[in-house]
Amino acid sequence: MSTLAGSVGAVIGLGAAGLGLAGLLGHQWTVRNAWLVPLTGLELRMDPIAGFFLLLVGAAAFPASLYALDHHRGERRGDGAYLVFLLAMGVVPLAANAPTFLLAWELMALASYALVLHDHRQPEVVRAAWIYAVMTHAGLASLLAGMLFMSASTGSLRFADWHAAGPGLDGTTRSLAWLLLTIGFASKAGVVPLHVWLPIAHPAAPSHVSALMSGVMIKLGIYGLLRVGLEWLGPGPAWWGVALLLAGTVSALKGVLYALVERDLKRLLAFSSIENVGIVLIGVGAGMVFHASGLEFLAVFAVAAGLYHTANHAAFKALLFLGAGAVTHALGTRDMEAMGGLIKRMPWTAAAFLVGAVAIAALPPLNGFVSEWLTLLALLQAAQIPRLELSLVFALAIAGLALTSGLAVACFVRAFGITFLALPRSAAAAGAHEAGRATRAALALLALACVALGLGPTVVLPVLGGAAASLVGLPAPVLVEWPLTLTVAGDFASLSVPVIALGLGLGLLLPLLALRLVGAPRGRRFAATWGCGRLLQTARMEYNATSFAGPYKRIFDFVYRPRKRLEIEFHPESRFFVRRMSYENLPRGLAEEWLYVPVVRALQHASARMRRLQSGSSNLYLIYVLAALLILLVLA
Amino acid sequence: MIRQLSVGLRAGVVTEPPAGDPALEAIGAQLGAEVHRRFGRSLHIRQVDAGSCNGCELEIGGLTGPHYDLERFGLHFVASPRHADCLLVTGPVTLNMAEALRRTWEATPDPKIVIAAGDCGRDGGIFRGSYAVVGGVAAVVPVDGIIPGCPPSPKALLAGLLDAIGRRR
Amino acid sequence: MTAAALAAVAQTLLVAAGAPLLVGLLRTLKARLAGRRGPNPWQPYFDLAKLLRKETVVSETTSWVFGVTPYVLAATMLVAAAVVPVIVTRPALAFAGNVVLLMYLFMLGTFFLALAGLDSGSAFGGMGSSRGIAVAALAEPTIMLAVFALAIRTGTINLGGVAERIGSDPVLAAHPGHLLAFLAFFIVMVAENGRLPVDNPATHLELTMIHEAMVLEYSGHYLALVEWAGAMKLFLFLTLLANLFFPWWIPSDVAALPMLLGALALAGKLVLLAAALAVIETVVAKLRLFRVPELLAGSFALAVLSVASVVLLK
Repeated sequence: MSTLAGSVGAVIGLGAAGLGLAGLLGHQWTVRNAWLVPLTGLELRMDPIAGFFLLLVGAAAFPASLYALDHHRGERRGDGAYLVFLLAMGVVPLAANAPTFLLAWELMALASYALVLHDHRQPEVVRAAWIYAVMTHAGLASLLAGMLFMSASTGSLRFADWHAAGPGLDGTTRSLAWLLLTIGFASKAGVVPLHVWLPIAHPAAPSHVSALMSGVMIKLGIYGLLRVGLEWLGPGPAWWGVALLLAGTVSALKGVLYALVERDLKRLLAFSSIENVGIVLIGVGAGMVFHASGLEFLAVFAVAAGLYHTANHAAFKALLFLGAGAVTHALGTRDMEAMGGLIKRMPWTAAAFLVGAVAIAALPPLNGFVSEWLTLLALLQAAQIPRLELSLVFALAIAGLALTSGLAVACFVRAFGITFLALPRSAAAAGAHEAGRATRAALALLALACVALGLGPTVVLPVLGGAAASLVGLPAPVLVEWPLTLTVAGDFASLSVPVIALGLGLGLLLPLLALRLVGAPRGRRFAATWGCGRLLQTARMEYNATSFAGPYKRIFDFVYRPRKRLEIEFHPESRFFVRRMSYENLPRGLAEEWLYVPVVRALQHASARMRRLQSGSSNLYLIYVLAALLILLVLA
Repeated sequence: MIRQLSVGLRAGVVTEPPAGDPALEAIGAQLGAEVHRRFGRSLHIRQVDAGSCNGCELEIGGLTGPHYDLERFGLHFVASPRHADCLLVTGPVTLNMAEALRRTWEATPDPKIVIAAGDCGRDGGIFRGSYAVVGGVAAVVPVDGIIPGCPPSPKALLAGLLDAIGRRR
Repeated sequence: MTAAALAAVAQTLLVAAGAPLLVGLLRTLKARLAGRRGPNPWQPYFDLAKLLRKETVVSETTSWVFGVTPYVLAATMLVAAAVVPVIVTRPALAFAGNVVLLMYLFMLGTFFLALAGLDSGSAFGGMGSSRGIAVAALAEPTIMLAVFALAIRTGTINLGGVAERIGSDPVLAAHPGHLLAFLAFFIVMVAENGRLPVDNPATHLELTMIHEAMVLEYSGHYLALVEWAGAMKLFLFLTLLANLFFPWWIPSDVAALPMLLGALALAGKLVLLAAALAVIETVVAKLRLFRVPELLAGSFALAVLSVASVVLLK
């Protein structure tokens, strides 16, 4: 990326962030232009939710542009696509009518496709970009169908008109529109089973693009789901929320389970994005169920929890992707089996990655803990829903969320521990160099954001609650009472992160002081790792990414259903000697095997049958034209 | 499960009091008051098999049973030399185990003591002079106490260990 | 205000100072059940004092994460000690946390301990980390469902609130859902603290270790901190079992005499729980590692039953 483009990107990021923050805090405006967009003209509208997502776009674009300044230095390829990508992502939340929205959406998809193709000489990158293009356009098709259906039912292409006419439509129309639009947005967000493109496209792209795609672009899918489920169609039946809740739980579990056994560092982060989108959906789905049950305060609370997790994920996922980018750039590989010992060679990157890992593992006092706590709290209020079966669905979601968060801790112990700790597992790792200054600045900024979002829920949550409330059309609720403590529903629960952080800080210092007082010996002697008196300590003796994931592969083998293969090549003269052994234990994807392969196969089968129509005879083609003409005349 | 519990409860505590052995009091004299002060109430022992025939190990294993119960004196066997204060070494120290023993000694934090158990540990025992043996623990690491015997009985082992930490005064 | 602060300090000191005694008592009880005289219940204090005077040996392979972990463990336990209702239902920091926070604080300690296990670059440490985190992760759903069951019945997840509500209405504790949640939580306690049948705290065979394997490289004052934090974790888990599920004789007001009586009541409950744990550890053999998920699935089933009975028998 040339310095100019990177700097422009950074400036766009700051501008968007400022604009978005103003919108989030209540500064609303509209912009209309009759000729930029066909059919209805350009229409942009700022409201708190749009401001929130614009803020996310800007706040992630700034560090990503800083990172890009350090990498691909001087190359001009991808400059235009990057800037178009940022601008398109900024327009999507502001769009107030369908053509503007779809134009921006498609520009975003095309620009990101061009960016994923950055390394176009490698066949797997080309394949990844192709799959991404196909999936995003399948989603676009569903979105188009839904939006055209909505405009046919309501007679207008403007979102405000849909919001007004929504409650007046009959149940089947609304549910069909909801289904089509949700499928389109869910495929962009990476919800299971429409997620297959995520772990293929995100690792193939350059790291700052992956950070933006994972941190912001998939959140625009969430933006769409929020608009569809809560605003454009009016209050919906409870099954909409239940569907999102269940889809979110399944996504979360599947994402984290596949991240646990992945050895490509960036693919691991991509699966983790699927997991976190699932958690956001759990919050949003719970909100929709509460909304349908008439519990408005809880609905706003749950949606606010989902929004909080969206912001948190943007922060720590961008941090992790940029850190992973620094590591892959230094080593030349994404394979965790070649990493290790990087904490001594890349100390700042390692420290930032550790902050990101602690945050994404939802550990106090950082931001991931706050949003997961809020989501869990929203689910725990299920007792207030009058319908029993909904309570049981919520119980399922609680169990799923708890298991996900436990496995996420395991996943990021592995991701940080194998990559940065112990001895280097390859010569590339032994010779790694620290990241450049701009990258380190970007990492530091994002780490600070994680800490700030963690320590400041009393500031952030009311703002998000206001945004969520405006979406549903309610006044902003009072969510926070004390300056430092969050209280939920009276005495149901309370949390004060700054106090906990202070307590942890004191808890770190007190034993230190106590040991000094007691007179414990201060020095440390350095010696070799205890290896039972063994003579060598090499990197081959460490646990690596595959072995760390071993217990999970066994415990969850009903999910992975691994394909195991053992090939033994014996010495030609005697079966007592083995020349070579190869063992493979690969997890298989459920969605790929049960959904995509059959669908693709059916499509190919049908296309092969239809090919018979292309006989090559012009006489037959003339008969087709005549037949089509006759049918149209009859129909008209 | 219930039967095991009731057998255990009915049998009660079967631990025997430690017997005296004047010949072993010499170890305490060697180690001095400092060791007694540091390790009098808590000694964590890492047993190292430096080529032993395992006769001594069987006797040492008996120390953890109900009859001899070394835990009542604050003695405790640990798995890692980093957790240990005392290395209880058996065997004549074969050539293959010499370096391993030395590394174990280096891995143990100071202050530490080394006690050689059995005649093999003292000077090679019945394997003294063999081509495969270094000849006693003292040839590899500094030894602070020796418990002779082939193998030394659990009583002798216990007496020697207690004397090393000054608990049988 | 100052009374509350003093009470908070007193409570934290009680947990910090009393935890090794609990562990010592458990060891002595187990020894007596096996027909041995066993160590002195005060033995852990002697062990800790001796460790503080030992040299600290650190592996060259490790990084600053290894050195920071014992302090993080101690810090999380000290903060947890200030939040759990030990001798009073709402200690000074009770407003800052609840059951969910507590479980995540413990997870923070486990996270860093697992990193320290990987840091040394030995196969034992990696093995301990991998297994330890797996067990901790699988225990999470059970905990959350047990919390859910408690929340439905008492209308709160604040520890003090639960203690007060069940304490003031003993009939609430006679519900089958309550007892099922207690059993589920008991199994989780066994798993999280590395007791039999999940993990043998006294094993020497590295291939059978889960928690011990992660601390094989620690020595000197680091080891003292890690052992002490482990003792505090057991103390806090048993206190939670005692004071959340059977919260009687815990005073609500912060005055010296009621808190002293509360401490005595807690001591009684802890002795009973420790005795139960000692009996279980004596009669049950350690489970093979890949049978542990089955045990945790069983505890999850108990938690599900607890929620179902609470919801259906409302």
